[in-house]
Amino acid sequence: MLELGTDEFAKYPFLEGAGKILKDKGFPLSQFGNDPDLKPVVEKAVHRLKVSTKGGIYKSEIIDGQASKSFILEKEIFSFLLAIVLIKLTGMHTLKKRFALAEARRAENHLEKDLGKASDKSKVDLAIRIIYDLFNIEVVKENDFFKIPVSDYLKHSVDFHEREWKLINRHVEDGKVLLTPDKTVRLIRKELSTYIISKISNAPTPPMISGLEKIVSELTSIGRDLTPSYTVITGEHPPCIKHAIEILEKGENLPHSGRFMLATFLLAKGQSVQQIAPLFKNAPDYNERVTLYQLNHLAGTYGSGTQYSCPSCEKLKTQSLCFATSECDNIVNPLQFGRKKNDARS
Amino acid sequence: MMQEADTKFLESSFKKYYFNHFDQIKVPDRTNEREFGYQKFNSGMSRHISIKDDKELHLLLIQNIPSDIYCSNAYYSFPNLPMNEKDWREADLIFDIDAKDLNLPCRIDHTVSICNECNNISKNSLQCTKCNSSKLEKKSLPCKNCIDASKFEVKKLSEVLIDDLDIDKDNIHVYFSGNEGFHVYAYNSQFQHIGSRERSELVDYILLRGTIPETFGMKKFKQDRTSFPNLDERGWRGRFAKHIFGSKSKRSKIITELLANGYSSFQKTLDDASDDIGVKIDPNVTMDIHRIFRLPGSINSKSGLVKTHCKDLARFDPYTEASFLSDDSVEIIANCPIEFKLKNKKFGPYNNEKISVPTFAAVYMISKKFARIA
Repeated sequence: MLELGTDEFAKYPFLEGAGKILKDKGFPLSQFGNDPDLKPVVEKAVHRLKVSTKGGIYKSEIIDGQASKSFILEKEIFSFLLAIVLIKLTGMHTLKKRFALAEARRAENHLEKDLGKASDKSKVDLAIRIIYDLFNIEVVKENDFFKIPVSDYLKHSVDFHEREWKLINRHVEDGKVLLTPDKTVRLIRKELSTYIISKISNAPTPPMISGLEKIVSELTSIGRDLTPSYTVITGEHPPCIKHAIEILEKGENLPHSGRFMLATFLLAKGQSVQQIAPLFKNAPDYNERVTLYQLNHLAGTYGSGTQYSCPSCEKLKTQSLCFATSECDNIVNPLQFGRKKNDARS
Repeated sequence: MMQEADTKFLESSFKKYYFNHFDQIKVPDRTNEREFGYQKFNSGMSRHISIKDDKELHLLLIQNIPSDIYCSNAYYSFPNLPMNEKDWREADLIFDIDAKDLNLPCRIDHTVSICNECNNISKNSLQCTKCNSSKLEKKSLPCKNCIDASKFEVKKLSEVLIDDLDIDKDNIHVYFSGNEGFHVYAYNSQFQHIGSRERSELVDYILLRGTIPETFGMKKFKQDRTSFPNLDERGWRGRFAKHIFGSKSKRSKIITELLANGYSSFQKTLDDASDDIGVKIDPNVTMDIHRIFRLPGSINSKSGLVKTHCKDLARFDPYTEASFLSDDSVEIIANCPIEFKLKNKKFGPYNNEKISVPTFAAVYMISKKFARIA
């Protein structure tokens, strides 16, 4: 475990041990409801939360990572912890997600700064150790770059959709990927917010703190407004699926990858194997028995029981199966086509 | 489906090989963590088998005389249970390089179509010239050029594995597949534990697929000559530089051309480079972490040749070093329009004629559906 000081906890308040600082101070949670001295902490926590709901990143009072006064540092840490308490009291999942994301971005900024501090080796080492302790990635600094084992890089980048994150678009040598500080940190962004989400999820929900009821109900209503509702605006299939169906209808050969896409798409849309099978009747190599077997396999009724999911747009692009139109509207999976996000506030 | 006499003949030839060559058929390391599977002639696949040692393997071979036998590159806690209960632990990296995927110009010279309805052989790949059926099966007898081109891909692959991915040279084993290409294994690498999606990214890396212009120095805006790669750079940037510039002296002039042609033209250049210098591995094989892969030392029923370890790839000649069947002569009716060489002897072409040839040549032609037992 890392040995950290208050200034480190102020930057990374989600690390193990931050809670202990609060405990050591001897403040019971109930005191935050009525102690005027603690009011600035409550206000800060609410501010921190509200900023996150608007997609912003809370600007701390830490100046260049160094706050001189210890009470400022403590306020930083306590406001984070109290924000979590408030989220637990609202029970709003959206608030949890937005807060975790914003806090992850904030920590990301600090990590990036720390990694980039060529002059201060201890800051760099700390950032490297945080990445190792939390995500088990061994980062080695070499000149201006950070070297990460290719296998670790792949485990973390595989969910990224942007092509620049494909391994082929990275500098690779000697089994390592070379990254700049910002890319190094970007690599763990998702895990960072996942880590913070799990921290929040695992925190116990305290009983309502008297004096904070109004704040909690205000936050709850903000959270409710943010919860998106999806409605189907069109029953149409995305262009890739339409194209695949057209090919089959014409009796032309659809490659295996195309059949996989079509079948997994329709299965995910709730169609049954019996409904889908006739689509393949026109294929030049149609065999009913084989088709049913394969469809059942994809649906998870046979074989390993694994239900196969519809490939992402990025994957389909590399397989030359993507025929994107403006209607696709930057979706990342064909299944999202035509699902428009309705903003509950509008 | 093959005629019974043909199947019987292949079976007895395979049995003889397995009986006489136990020394060359060894179970792979960590045997009891692997899944084995086999196919018998004219029959389905038996999978989810676990084997303890060489002895058990030899027993299986003699008792079942499989047409093909396979072993997982994956390691499981319980290899003999159904797939979702096996408990996948890790898998060696595997690669398949096949001459038929290399778009070689020689291909057309030694590929024919066999009609599934009337067995007529022709060069027409769309429909049978005799009965017009469209149920055709392509058969090819790979030539020296095919093997050399495949070897070249193996060499390119090894370079990427060693230089870029830091895989120890001694942990890379190359096998002739027994038919038209090579199988490459990489053991004990940092990639043992990665899953299928991560392996798919490795595949794209090796194929040089999914590149963006920025990676190789071309920017949409604020173009900059200095960001183009140098010939002595490591990894794909260096390989691309060698390919596109040829020599240091031509670099500057070609960069000027590239910049003049613009961003989207450069993307096209990259896509073409993938065809030219990317390593042509079969993506599906490397991505599949539950595959059972042909067992080294076993016979490939597509040819009767053995999956053979290539200790010296450059000098390896599959047509002398992977043919282990007997010289006993056997009478067949051969309809083999393509000439081939096995164990330094030339055979064919044969036009529906009854001939007497050594077993190894008879098996080769029967496996390829170019002959039947007389």
